[in-house]
Amino acid sequence: MQKITSEMLIQKACDLLENKTVNRVLGWKTGEFAYDITPAVFSDCESVKAEFVFNDFCGANFSKYLVKETAKSDGKILVFLKPCDTYSFNQLLTEHRFNRDNVYVVGIPCEGMVDINKAKKIVGDGIVGVSSKGDDIVVETLYDGDVTVDAKSVLAERCMACKSKKCVAYDELMGENGEVIESNRFDEVQRLENMTEDERFAFWQSELSKCIRCNACRDICPACTCEKCVFDNPNSGVENKAVSDSFEEKMFHVIRAFHVAGRCTDCGECSRVCPQNIPLHLLNRKFIKDINEFYGEYQAGEVAGSRAPLVDYTTDDIEASDAVKKGDESNA
Amino acid sequence: MRKCELKNLDLVFEKISESALLYLPVEGENGADYKKWEKGVKLSKSLNTNKSPKDFFFPQSEDLMEFKTSGKEIEVVDTRNSKEDFVVFGVRACDVKSFEILDRVFLSEPCDSYYADRRQHGIIISMACTRPSETCFCQTFGIDAASPVGDISCWKTEDSVYFDGNSEKGKKLLETISSLMEECDSKAVEEQKSKTAEIMKKLPLANLTADKFGGGKTEEFFNDPAWAELSQACLGCGTCTFVCPTCQCYDIKDYNTGKGVIRFRCWDSCMYSDFTKMAHGNSRNSQTERFRQRFMHKLVYFPENNEGIFGCVGCGRCMNKCPISMNIVKVMKKLGGKTNE
Repeated sequence: MQKITSEMLIQKACDLLENKTVNRVLGWKTGEFAYDITPAVFSDCESVKAEFVFNDFCGANFSKYLVKETAKSDGKILVFLKPCDTYSFNQLLTEHRFNRDNVYVVGIPCEGMVDINKAKKIVGDGIVGVSSKGDDIVVETLYDGDVTVDAKSVLAERCMACKSKKCVAYDELMGENGEVIESNRFDEVQRLENMTEDERFAFWQSELSKCIRCNACRDICPACTCEKCVFDNPNSGVENKAVSDSFEEKMFHVIRAFHVAGRCTDCGECSRVCPQNIPLHLLNRKFIKDINEFYGEYQAGEVAGSRAPLVDYTTDDIEASDAVKKGDESNA
Repeated sequence: MRKCELKNLDLVFEKISESALLYLPVEGENGADYKKWEKGVKLSKSLNTNKSPKDFFFPQSEDLMEFKTSGKEIEVVDTRNSKEDFVVFGVRACDVKSFEILDRVFLSEPCDSYYADRRQHGIIISMACTRPSETCFCQTFGIDAASPVGDISCWKTEDSVYFDGNSEKGKKLLETISSLMEECDSKAVEEQKSKTAEIMKKLPLANLTADKFGGGKTEEFFNDPAWAELSQACLGCGTCTFVCPTCQCYDIKDYNTGKGVIRFRCWDSCMYSDFTKMAHGNSRNSQTERFRQRFMHKLVYFPENNEGIFGCVGCGRCMNKCPISMNIVKVMKKLGGKTNE
């Protein structure tokens, strides 16, 4: 599916390492199978050649790793960013979370990533290899030989509602830059808004009660970069790992959604990593939709340094009472 | 050995649930999970459940006791409910083995009475695997996926389900459902076992061994520089520990109800920054140290204290669920060297 190949990125990484533009490379490392790819920092061309990979399973958003990585060394680190990752990158810059001078960004196009769980649903367990062939994905299985599936049928949920193929931050681009897309990403939010209050409560009750408090959604989230999360503070009186109180489970996710409102770029990592498959991104999307409706279209991370509506006062701002009224109307 | 026709399995479930709560893997929108059986609920066809069955004996959160205050009086209340008997059907070989590992922790002196109560009231009906996944590596730890030994062992073929009682309570339960079954020989089961054994040899992780690890290897591995690289991308979330059937660490905390205190315990994760935090601070300050703890515990410390038994059963859940796809297999291959493959 991807038009950019591992070989092209390996070449680029080695060139930049050898001409000393960068001293490290943040990239994807091969695993046991085609799909279990781990983010990794490479420091020489030899290891890049041996283990770097780029394929349809390179979904991980690297932007947040830059906070930690740029603090480690003075030299530049090369990072390959897909269009949606570049929005998180800009948002982190806006929040002064790392030094831009310590990063060399190569923007790469993305054709959408494959969700291995969707593939498993179609072909079953025993996937030993996956390769892409045009618009098809060929899955090599233990039990049924090679199974060819339409790439669209295994595309990750977030990629089906892709908002942009445009890299909004880069030092150089590979291939041509894409465009912002008219996406259908608010359809599901609309569906929830159309529910009655009781139905919506029941929906979230059933979804959030699946939560096992692993905190993966928070830990992966590029908008969650507090050095000490309130939920990790034993003195805060809130619990970060017990599932004993269903109220607190909901509070955790609702508080988190409020905290990232206006800063969430809708990268979808929270839902990708959730081991319980809770559609957490829908909470954030509701905030994005509301902000768009109340304050005018705003995309977090589109421009580094932009002032988000929630932290910017203008005399045209909607009155709080009107916002509440509108909210009541749309939730009626 | 006895068998019943597959189409009559629901009758078996119905009969069991007359005398005990019955739980079994049920297919959901995103894979299987253990659910209570009631009429109409169907056994999942998935290989295994998202979460392990350890919750049945060691729940993620449970109240231990309650302190009620009234004036200067403090009343201590045992919050345990009376325990009903329950049956867990369809437990795979890896998870059956995990109970042995948990038993070693919770049933050794001083015995954990909360856990022991549940073990006493629970009956495990194991189910042999026929289509293991690419992420399965139970054989690395000497587990036979084709012959798990629960209180009752169970094998499912295309048209029949075979039952064999092992423990006393298993045999007793089997008696109560025997009217739905007929006596049979073990020919079909033996055939299935050898077929599964052939498949096991072809699994991608078939040659993974744990020989390099075990008790007495702390010095060899503790300061290995590879830990830094392996833990580099770790988010410090608790996914691996919470889906793991053998992770057994917990925290005990007090919850102020306003009129007293509820003392509860909940699963802890060595991946969390407040893990084993004490008055003096934290004993493992970096994610690398916390990451190392998880794997050293499973591969070195646990076998050291438990006659060589490893703290991993090769279920593959961490391989499926880790957000960054780091897992014990990658750790074993990296630390054990190339010859470990």
